[in-house]
Amino acid sequence: MKRREFVKGVSALSLGASVLPLMKAIPAQAAGQDTAVVVFGGTINSLDIHRSGTNRDSYQVAINCYDRLVTFGTKTLEDGSLSYDYSDVQPELAESWHLSDDGTVMTFQLRKDATFWDGKPVTAHDVKWSFDRAVSLGGFPTVQMKAGRFTSPEQFEAVDDKTFRITLPFASKLSLPDLATPIPIVINATVARAHATDQDPWATEYLHRNPAGSGAFQITRWDPGQQLVYTRNEDWASGPQPGFSRVIVREIPAQSTRRALIERGNVSVSQNIPNKDARELASKPGVKVVSTPIENCIYSLCTNLNFEPFQDKRVRQAIAWAIPYQSIFEQAAYQQGVPMWGGSSSVDNIAWPQRSPYDYNLEKARELLGQTDYKDGFEVPLSFSLSQADWAEPAALLVQQGLGKIGIKATLEKIPGANWRTIALVEKKLPLHMENFGGWLNTPDYYFFWAYIKGNLFNSYNYDNPEMARLVEQTLDMPMDDPRYAPNVTRMIELAFDDIPRIPLWQPTLNVALNADVQGYEYWFHRQMDVRPLKPA
Amino acid sequence: MSLALKSRRVGMRLLQAIPTVFGILVVCFLLTRALPGDPAAYFAGQMADQESIEAVRKNLGLDQPLPVQFVDYVGDLAQGDLGTAISTGQTVSAELATRLPASLELTLGALLLAFLIAVPLGVMAATRPNTWIDHLCRFLVTAGVSLPIFFTGLALMYVFYYLLGWAPAPMGRLDIFYLPPESVTGFYTIDALIAGDWEVFRAALAQMALPLVTLALFVLAPIARMTRAAMLQTLGSDYVRTARAAGLSGCRVLITYAFRNALLPVVTTLGMVFSFLLGANVLVEKVFAWPGIGSFAVEALVVSDYAAVQGFVLCMALLFVGLNLLIDVVYTLIDPRVGEEA
Repeated sequence: MKRREFVKGVSALSLGASVLPLMKAIPAQAAGQDTAVVVFGGTINSLDIHRSGTNRDSYQVAINCYDRLVTFGTKTLEDGSLSYDYSDVQPELAESWHLSDDGTVMTFQLRKDATFWDGKPVTAHDVKWSFDRAVSLGGFPTVQMKAGRFTSPEQFEAVDDKTFRITLPFASKLSLPDLATPIPIVINATVARAHATDQDPWATEYLHRNPAGSGAFQITRWDPGQQLVYTRNEDWASGPQPGFSRVIVREIPAQSTRRALIERGNVSVSQNIPNKDARELASKPGVKVVSTPIENCIYSLCTNLNFEPFQDKRVRQAIAWAIPYQSIFEQAAYQQGVPMWGGSSSVDNIAWPQRSPYDYNLEKARELLGQTDYKDGFEVPLSFSLSQADWAEPAALLVQQGLGKIGIKATLEKIPGANWRTIALVEKKLPLHMENFGGWLNTPDYYFFWAYIKGNLFNSYNYDNPEMARLVEQTLDMPMDDPRYAPNVTRMIELAFDDIPRIPLWQPTLNVALNADVQGYEYWFHRQMDVRPLKPA
Repeated sequence: MSLALKSRRVGMRLLQAIPTVFGILVVCFLLTRALPGDPAAYFAGQMADQESIEAVRKNLGLDQPLPVQFVDYVGDLAQGDLGTAISTGQTVSAELATRLPASLELTLGALLLAFLIAVPLGVMAATRPNTWIDHLCRFLVTAGVSLPIFFTGLALMYVFYYLLGWAPAPMGRLDIFYLPPESVTGFYTIDALIAGDWEVFRAALAQMALPLVTLALFVLAPIARMTRAAMLQTLGSDYVRTARAAGLSGCRVLITYAFRNALLPVVTTLGMVFSFLLGANVLVEKVFAWPGIGSFAVEALVVSDYAAVQGFVLCMALLFVGLNLLIDVVYTLIDPRVGEEA
């Protein structure tokens, strides 16, 4: 698009061409009827979620530009804000679907009127090509597909142009929701194939820069390191028309600058703001802050069972009793989030996350530690990632103080973000560390699968309990209304709290600041900005 | 000195730069490998298992022994291929091509602004010691040195954008509703002028104003100080006294005899200050969301993005080799004696 046309387009739609010279003064309010400006601190490094090396900030392109077969519905939370609804799977590209009686064959009927941006109808062959790609490219997409029990191209079949079939090795409650995650997007296979080469059969180089989808927004500009411009696809068939015809996503690295921009009303949305700002901005006029507890996510202190003192369960429990939870919640979380301590001593429901039975009680801590070989304490490094220092550093300092009171000397160890994954999650060699994990699929057993089974990525503390392993294996694919489901999950939670390799501190929130002229913001598990439901107030 | 001799000298200087650049290549290659962190694990993504990490490692060529990696790297380099910066998803050469002009526009602009203010200020302070202008010079120098650059940046932004609303939103090189001018030099202001688009020129200049002032304040001090000191020295020298005694006009003495000789140390300072500025840029680029090379390099370092870091260092090395060369040439122009005895 030519610059002039772009500028003219914006002005004609918002203010009229006469005020062109005053463009620099257009704040979000004036442009607001038609263009929304979103700022965030990350950087978008690819427009293709399947490509290896694509970062989390880039997932938003998959959400806004591509369709999936199904999506999740919307629910209103207690505070009036909107959230996606895990329990309500809704049609997106598929207008209907059917599950065979044994639950292993899923048949999807695609919308008749759905077309790609180039006008080509979306067919089951495109879906098949896209799914084949997701399970074949390796890396994150393949792992996420596996969670839904999709592992090989043989499982996918285009029955006819509008009928798509998936055959599962066994029925799983995770399959359908997994299709609503940002990974199983439907790509225009004709366009992609035209750009595939022998070295690059899945056209990763082309799709990296040129999305080819059927989604609600197209990308008209990508200035890497600066901005992304979404333009509404007026022919979008798979959902309600988005409220803005253009959304500009700008990368603003400095947090203080982002805050100034939203306070001055120059931007519509500031995504993922720190807790401190969330608390302070909430009282400013003209700015609305939405803080949604991140589902399935817990900020925790983890005790590595490969480290000798932590092999003794009583040592781990003593630590859980020696943490000044309330001060941490006040000083590290600025009271944004949900406390995860001080619950009842027995597990009576299967909500996850839920409060652990531990609280700040030095007497109990000393008593437990006194029963072990380490009654005189020991020394241990307490590690956290520098890229999570905003919450982990103040929390670690307070944990250090608490442990000091029962004779455990913790020395703080800050680890650069690039290093963190390798040391903490892959090599799993940090004795005591601050960690967070939130699963995309919102069931407790899915969380326990990733974080409490030996060898799995987020079990950074080498927890290994045969009973937990058996329970998770039994439960992971079981429907939630199975009579064994609730008792199994209850037992998992009991084990997690009794063995306490991972000590929950609090459930964090995703904070988003909105200009008063924008509404419709919806929280999603992937924590990226879904710009489709945004609309002018 | 004849033109042929001059160009031969310049050619020699260029040749001398080659081992320097090669040395930098080797050191930088080894240093990036010594960075903590496993780029394969980082770039494999959040849910990657061991298998996909290995696939990424293979993909990046990091499974090869170091000498093989180095030969590959130099081989690619010889073909002008700097590799792909995984942290931003672009080729390193594309990143440098778009980001270097952004940084240079800011750096050179600030240098020019600082030079235009600091040199006259220094000269005046030297010619009128202990008057108000000398005190003003001293004050600016002290302020410039003692204010940390991010503080100046944030303070200026707070006052002129947040409180007064005079400056445009600090969102990079151009306001949201303008598109960059057709790229010729990569400098938005100059490209806008070439395109004859005053509107975009004004917008680009407005976006630049605060970061420019921030950086200029930072380098004003050394330039003004050096000018003042050098002027004081030349003004007190024998040849100036002789010139005065010969009855030459004050203005002529000041410019032809004193200032011209004082310029040498000032040019040296400019060269040094330029390198400080490129470093200081990093902070300013962060605060003002300026898509420059400094913030790119820092992000790349944080995630151990080898290709990006190497490309950045190579680019900087070339830039400084070029800068030193340029300073040498300017020296010869100012003072014909330079290099004669070499």
